[in-house]
Amino acid sequence: MLDALFKYQFLQNAVLAGILASVVCGLIGVIIVEKKLVMMSGGIAHTAYGGVGLGYLLGFEPIIGAFVFSVCAALGIGYINKKGGAAADVVIGLFWSMGMALGILFIALMPGYPPDLSSYLFGSILSVTQGDLYLMIGLTLVVVFIVVVFFNHWKAYLFDEEFASILGINTTLLEYVLLVLVAMTVVVLIRVVGIILVIALLTAPAASAGMLSLNFRNRMIYAIIIGVVFCLAGMWISYEMNIASGAAIVILSVTFYFCLYVGRMVKINMKEKSRKRERLENEVIK
Amino acid sequence: MRKKVVHVDHLTVYYGQTPAIAGVCLDVYEGEYLGIIGPNGGGKTTLLKSVLGIVPPTEGAVEIYGESITKNRTLMGYVPQVASLNKAFPMTLFEVVLSGRIKAGIRPFFKYSEEDKEIAFQLLGKVGIEDLANRQISQLSGGEFQRMLIARALAVKPKLLLLDEPTASVDAASREQIFALLEELNKEMTIILVTHDLLAISSHVGQLACLNTTLVYHGEPELTEEVVNHLYGCPVDLIAHGVPHRVLKEHGEGC
Repeated sequence: MLDALFKYQFLQNAVLAGILASVVCGLIGVIIVEKKLVMMSGGIAHTAYGGVGLGYLLGFEPIIGAFVFSVCAALGIGYINKKGGAAADVVIGLFWSMGMALGILFIALMPGYPPDLSSYLFGSILSVTQGDLYLMIGLTLVVVFIVVVFFNHWKAYLFDEEFASILGINTTLLEYVLLVLVAMTVVVLIRVVGIILVIALLTAPAASAGMLSLNFRNRMIYAIIIGVVFCLAGMWISYEMNIASGAAIVILSVTFYFCLYVGRMVKINMKEKSRKRERLENEVIK
Repeated sequence: MRKKVVHVDHLTVYYGQTPAIAGVCLDVYEGEYLGIIGPNGGGKTTLLKSVLGIVPPTEGAVEIYGESITKNRTLMGYVPQVASLNKAFPMTLFEVVLSGRIKAGIRPFFKYSEEDKEIAFQLLGKVGIEDLANRQISQLSGGEFQRMLIARALAVKPKLLLLDEPTASVDAASREQIFALLEELNKEMTIILVTHDLLAISSHVGQLACLNTTLVYHGEPELTEEVVNHLYGCPVDLIAHGVPHRVLKEHGEGC
């Protein structure tokens, strides 16, 4: 694959797309795992399907439609949550299915043969175009910039929102900005793993990193590294075995998470056992 | 004439259809040490959060030092309930205390100054946890976590300290230390403390308020039978171990 990598533009695009996706996933993934926004991110991602459909129907770039729809979904869900009067999971569920339904409707309204949507639903890292790449680079830069520039504020906000608001931090603004960042992240990820598999790539590297480090910044760095490794590995498997790249990446990273989980359980059990044994031995000595 | 620190004027807060607090009027003067007691769901935390401007009032108003909350918000230090926070959050104790030094407004590339770090470290000494500075908060005991939150509130350099159940999840020794610390702090600042630890109230605070949706009592920390009956709906017997004075007289039969 290595000589192919230097030969083919599409492989170079894919590698760059994988790295960009891992960077935004590492940063935003750690935040949404800590803030328990995983399902909300799922809702934002699936609403994007409506935008893809609208793009096909009106003849503009579907990824732009996805971007507009997911930002609107992020702001809509955030606004209703803030206002209260509706349970968050209900609102998320409704946006989720409404977005999908709109997508199906728009595609059905299209004259002629329906396009192949599987690259948006399941991702297709090997078919990332130059245009996609520019959009991804732009969004990644915005996400990285906002997270890094207000890093200490984010940390204070994520740990204790109320205290942060008393300090004079505009927590409402931060909340909306965070949701828009999630929407941007989703758009970056759609080309790599697809709408349906976005949640896995957002959470698996971040949650794995959570088991490896107790430091907030290191968690982000580990999550990025884990993401890069699995994106590239998944891409290679996809190229060699000709299976969907999104599926390969997701299976690898989720398997890694469960391996870590089992490994940790075994470690804790072993410790417990050795402690028990020690206690028994001590009693025997007594 | 002492300055009026908090002025609560006919405050009513509704959550949906149910009132959490109704028509509460309360003044707190500079240097006071006010304890607020009441049953669970009696609106204690809501009152505290309204004073802090976290919960918006349905009716009425709160003034801090004679001005609106937003103007004088940074004069307040807040110690939330331990149970309301994510104890598994990846942060060290020192980082949490340091976060109290963040200034208001949008500040890109905000970094803590050496002075901020020094202030935070001194506060760790003040609450007696300086040797735990680099410990992850997930590895702290209840008492240590509580003292960390107090240090964070003090990092704001507040004139008014508000605490929500500061002794709810700590052992007896830490509890005494926390009350000793608060007594010390009271020399420099006004303190409002929410608790359902009736014993602590009677022996430590200077003023007492009893809240059960409405303000049942406000005054000296000398509870009468009538007030407690009103507050809890039935007579409560307080066994006062080693407390300088009994809180309650003996009560008769029947509940």
